[in-house]
Parts: sequence; C-alpha cells; structure tokens
Amino acid sequence: MNHLPQAWGRPRDNVYGTYDASYLQPRLPQTHTQSPIVTGTSVLAVKFKDGIVIAADNLASYGSLARFTDVKRLRPFNSRSIVGIGGDVSDMQYLDRLLNSLDVTENYSSTGHSLNAKNLHTYLSKVMYKRRSDINPLWNQMLVAGLDGNDEPFLSSVDLLGTTFSSPTLATGFGAHLAQPLLRKLSDDESKVADFTREKAVEAVRECMKVLFYRDARSLDRYSIAVVTKESGVELKEDEHLEGQSWAFAETIRGYGRTQEV
Amino acid sequence: MASLLSSNPTLASNPSYSFSQAPQNAAAGNREHAFYPYTDNGGSTLGITGNDFAILAGDTRSTSGYSINTRYSPKVFRIGGDDETGEGAHIILSVVGYAADGTALKERLNAIVKMYKYQHGKRMSVKACAQRLATILYGKRFFPYYVTAILGGLDEDGKGALYSYDPVGSYEREQCRAAGAAASLIMPFLDNQVNFKNQYSPGSGVGHDLEARQVTPLPFHEVEQLVRDAFTSATERHIEVGDGLQMLVITKDGIEEKYFPLKRD
Amino acid sequence: MPGFDFSNYNRNAALHAQGVPLPKATSTGTTIVGCMFDGGVVIAADTRATSGPIVADKNCEKLHYIAPQIWCAGAGTAADTEFTTAIISSNLELHALSTGRKPRVVTCMTMLKQHLFRYQGHIGAYLVVAGVDPTGVGLYTVHAHGSTDKLPYVTMGSGSLAAMAIFETQWKQKMTREEAIKLASDAIQAGIFNDLGSGSNVDVCVITEEKASLMRNYIRPNQREVKQKDYKFKRGTTAVLNEKVITREEISKYVTVHELSSDDDVVVVEKMDIDA
Repeated sequence: MNHLPQAWGRPRDNVYGTYDASYLQPRLPQTHTQSPIVTGTSVLAVKFKDGIVIAADNLASYGSLARFTDVKRLRPFNSRSIVGIGGDVSDMQYLDRLLNSLDVTENYSSTGHSLNAKNLHTYLSKVMYKRRSDINPLWNQMLVAGLDGNDEPFLSSVDLLGTTFSSPTLATGFGAHLAQPLLRKLSDDESKVADFTREKAVEAVRECMKVLFYRDARSLDRYSIAVVTKESGVELKEDEHLEGQSWAFAETIRGYGRTQEV
Repeated sequence: MASLLSSNPTLASNPSYSFSQAPQNAAAGNREHAFYPYTDNGGSTLGITGNDFAILAGDTRSTSGYSINTRYSPKVFRIGGDDETGEGAHIILSVVGYAADGTALKERLNAIVKMYKYQHGKRMSVKACAQRLATILYGKRFFPYYVTAILGGLDEDGKGALYSYDPVGSYEREQCRAAGAAASLIMPFLDNQVNFKNQYSPGSGVGHDLEARQVTPLPFHEVEQLVRDAFTSATERHIEVGDGLQMLVITKDGIEEKYFPLKRD
Repeated sequence: MPGFDFSNYNRNAALHAQGVPLPKATSTGTTIVGCMFDGGVVIAADTRATSGPIVADKNCEKLHYIAPQIWCAGAGTAADTEFTTAIISSNLELHALSTGRKPRVVTCMTMLKQHLFRYQGHIGAYLVVAGVDPTGVGLYTVHAHGSTDKLPYVTMGSGSLAAMAIFETQWKQKMTREEAIKLASDAIQAGIFNDLGSGSNVDVCVITEEKASLMRNYIRPNQREVKQKDYKFKRGTTAVLNEKVITREEISKYVTVHELSSDDDVVVVEKMDIDA
C-alpha cells in the first residue's frame, strides 16, 4: 500500500487502476471579445446654443463588407439624452439591452426624478471601465449627448478603455481625424458655443457626414441625425440621405502619371 | 519527509493526482490577448511647494496617438470637498498617464478622505492621506493604476507639503516634482531653478572650494512664473503638451484655481 | 560601387537581435498639401520635425527645390526626403542639359518612383511633387513604395486627413492663385492644430508658367509668448575648475590665423529664433 501522504484518501492504483489525469485538463481559458467583428464607424456630435446635434451613418460593416445597411446607431434615452455608438455592433446591442433595463428600473423608482445625460454618461463610463478592468471589454466608443441636471447642453465621450472626455465638438473613429478638424474650426471653445445656432450646427454635421462618405471606406450615404433641445427633447431622424455630393473633380482625372492617358 | 520526497523522483511523481501533473498540452502557457487594457493620454503635471503654499499644475490637453481628444481635460483635482465642485477641500491631487485610471484613483481617494471626515469628525491630515494613497496604489500592484500622482496640501505646521508617487505606490515628500510626458524636460529645469543645482555663489571661492548657492524657499509669485515658463517651454518641445495650463494653489486661505492658455499646435 | 554602403548590415542585425535598439530617425510627421489652380500649382507644408514625441526642429523646411519650376514637399524620414529630392534634382538637371529641354514634372515623378520602388519602401520618403513645364501644370504624390497619384488636390503625412477634410469641403475647379494659396494654407493649418505630428508655421510655394516663388513662413500662427522670468545667471555661477589660455602665437604654430576685419567677412548663419 502506498503510505505516502500524497496518496491518502485516494483510490488505490492497484484496485482502481491509475487515475486518469486527463479528466483534470484545465479548461480552455475563458475568451472574451478580442477584436470587433461587425462594426459601425464614426459618430459625430456638436454643441450649439441651446442643444446638441448628433449623427452616425446606418452601416454595420463585416470587415470590408458593407454587411447591414439599415442599422440604427443612435439610441435615445428618456427624451432628454441620446447615445451614439461606434465599434462592435453586438456589444452595441448588449448596451442597448442594458440601457433598456436601466430605463425600466428608473421608471419604477419612486424618487421622482429621471436620469439626465450626465448621469447616463457616468453610468456608461462605469460600465465600460469595469469591463476593461475585467479584461472583457465592450468594444465601443460612444458619444452621450443631451441635457444635464441644469438643462444645459451636455456632450461627452467614453470608449472601451473607460477613457472619458468632453468638448464642444466630438467625433469617434475616422471622424476624429476627418470631421473633428472641420467642426473645431466652427466651434473650438466652450465660449463659442453661445453664438452657434442650431441651423449652423446641423449644416456642419451634415457637411462632415459627406466628407466621411467621400473618404471613409467603411461609411454609408444613409445616416441618422438627432437634435436634443430643452424645448423639443430628442428629435431623431433615422433615414436621411446625403444631399449635394460633388464628384465633379473626378472628370478631370486621367490615370496616375503618364502624360498620354485615355 | 520533504527531503525524501524531493530526492526520490519516482516516489514524488507516482501518485498521479496532482493538478500540476495534469496534461499541459491542451492550452499550456499564456495566450496572447489582443486587448491591451492601458493607453497613454499624454500631458504633464508639476508641483512645487513654498513656505506657506503648494502649487499643483497640469496642462489640459488629452491625447490618443497623434490626435487631440479634447483641449480641456483637467488633471489636477480637489480632494475631500463637500460637493461636486470640490468646495471645502484641503488636499489637491494631480494624475497623469492613463486618464481612466486617473479618474478612478481620484474618485477612490476622494471617497476615502470624505469617509474619514464623516467617521472621525475631523479632516484627514495630508500626511495620512499621502500614506493612504500609497496603499491604494500598492493594492493594485499586479494590475496597476497607470498614473503618476502628485499630492499637495499644507502639513501640520502650515508648511507646503508635496508627495510624489510612482504607479505602484512608492512615495516621497519633496520640494518639487514634474511628472508625465514632459517630466524629463521639466525636472532638470526645476532642479536648477528651485533647488539651485549646478549653481554656485559667485566669488565664494576658487575651483572646488566654490560654495553651492544657498537653497531658500521661493516666494509664490516667483514659483508661479517658474511653473508658467516650464509649461510654455514643454509646449514648445513636446507634442503632447499644450492647449491650456490649469493650476491649483493651496494656502491657509483655501484653494485657488488659475487657468492660462497655452499654444494649441 | 555607387549607392548605399551595406557593410554594417550584419553587425547591426546582430546588435539588434541582442536587444540594442535601432537608431531613431528624425521624421517629419507632417502635413503637406498640393493644389492646382488656373495657371499654376501651389504646394504647402508645416514646419515641425519630430523625433518620437519630441519636437526636433520648430521651423524646418519641408519644401525642396528640384528644378527652377519643380518643387517637392516631403513627409516621412527627414534624411530620406532631403537626399532623395537632392539626387533627383541633380539627375534631372543632367537630363535637362543632355536633352536641351526644360525638365518635366512627369519625368521628375517617374525618376522618383523608380528610385523609391527599387528600395522597396526602405527609403521612407513620401512626396508631393508639383511644377509647371512645357506640357502644362503637374501635381503628383509619390509614396515610399513607389506608387504615384495624379490629382487636382493632394495631401500627405500624419496630418493628411485633417488637411484633406478642408479640401473636400472647400475645393472647387478653376481657382485663382489667391484662392488656392488660401485653401492650401488653411489645409496646413488644419494639420497644425489637429495633428500632433504637425505644428509651427506654414510654408508655401507657388509655381506658375513665369516663375516659382517660395514663401517661407507665409503664416506664423504659433509665436511663443515672452517668458515670465529672466534666466540670466550672475557671472561666476558656474564653477571654473581650471583655466588655460592659448595665445594666438601658440595656436598659429598649428593653424593659419586670419584676422577678420569687417562684418562682411563673417559668414551669416541662419538665425535661431529660440532666444530673442
């Protein structure tokens, strides 16, 4: 008999055969989202005098394939705020479900006041930071637009790492490189927001959506746009089409170098 | 017994139930993860103390890669205030590095300092707060807060106090400290202008007998000038520094906030 | 043998394998643009050169001369843009001499792409070539791997997206010289203020049938404010550990000493504008 302490209380090899250690194979490590699969591209938003404009196109790409062309990426929340989501679409749908349940809980609560855009942004940033800390991120970047506790325009961003920042104009993804320079030219400072009208803001955002369609290969000419104001709450249009595109320059282009080209 | 086991490999490996002996071929070793849970948001911070004050300053640019996230994102915070605005705070904290960890760290310390007051009916001393911050940082030794923190306030004698930290909680009380992206640009300037390193008293001797310039605590207006010059210079030479300079000054009269624009290129 | 010297290649590869880092090149993480207008072409560049996150040069020149009416804006590795344009400039001059004709922009572009393609991208030069020749106005981009593009407006470098956004919203056909200069410098400024790799001033070069004019520091939107404090040290602050005087008589044993009499004997070097 094996008298060594390691064998105490164990089935005896000479009776039961040697223990089949393969049963103790460690499980495969738990896997999480390692990279986004179906993705949405940029979200843009601008603060103006008494509200916010936010826009995102209606495309969900599968790699370089324009897979779903009617996906709504602006998600209103209780008539005071709206969230624009870029990045992984399945994670976006999870966030949508999470916000639904939050909305239901809040509506049943008896405190009497509802969550404003600032509260919503805090909530989402905690969710995102928690998930990154668990090394199980939600692969998105979001813009939260709406009204804060004092009914002032609010605009802030949060991403898969839990990084948050706010600015009079914000853009995620490709928009951070293409649209943000244009938007900053119009409203670079919190002080300039006061004389930035709704018309100008909407016009600027539409112009940026056009530039993004010209230059972002993962973008679409159908998009959603929303305006949040104190007076009218969230006004969301989900099937806009890019107007006034200009491809005139293309006619002059012949080849890439040689002088005589057809 | 242990020696017997270790000296006899057949005995040691015979009872085959140990977890470590389970076949390792399936998923052995570490898998490489595509997700890296950190980022660097750039920027720089700086703290200097005087006889009866402490200054913490930081630029307000937040970056990711070659892009500017925002031109106004503060890095210096009030700790232990009564409300959202930080009114009534008696400690200041600057954090630079990974901004999300910075925010989390700030909020944790803020909650702790507040709880201390509610539980003990008195303010937490800067010294105690400094020690507590070190424990918080070390508590995440194996998944650190990716930030360089500087804590400022007034000590028990009313003198300016400054504590600087590394990301895992090693800390030290100092006269001055620069942190973040441009720390290596600013720190030598501070050594020379605050602690008068490499400066000698003219005519006090010849060669090696020359006496080092006497270090004296600087008056407030001079420190403010040094801070502003440090940041305008860092803005010139470091691409992640710029947009704005936010400063918190703590004296016996409370905390004053100042803001100066910096170049935006 | 002409061309590059690869004799240190094996040694450097071995050192790198042992963990010695590769030397860091100064890169012009840059915004450069080019834009055609009615009767000519304009190119523009910012003036920041970086080494990692450090600004290596606050006012460098990224517009390179190739031929009297062909100029080139360069992004990428500073040394590569400098030498590549210099080599092609020389060869184009020789070519013009042997053919007895003015050099053409296509010729320049073709020589650049063939040179760069041969080196398979290891010469990190990203260029915007522009000029006017007997066939008309030319504007091209040349990538480090040797691909080229021919467009009415082009941008390159880390600030290319910011600059392109400006072109995509403001560009129109048949602009005037002034409109084109404004548009190109606006595009550069978009890069300067939104891209961390670009900064400082705007350089512009306008090329028409008559002439090319380089407007160095056409816009200077980033002048440093005066410092708060004066950092002059008292004489004697630095310790003098030993002192040795070498007289002119002594030194003239080894070198020839010339007396410089007036100011015009002194070579004027470019003035640095760090300490005013």
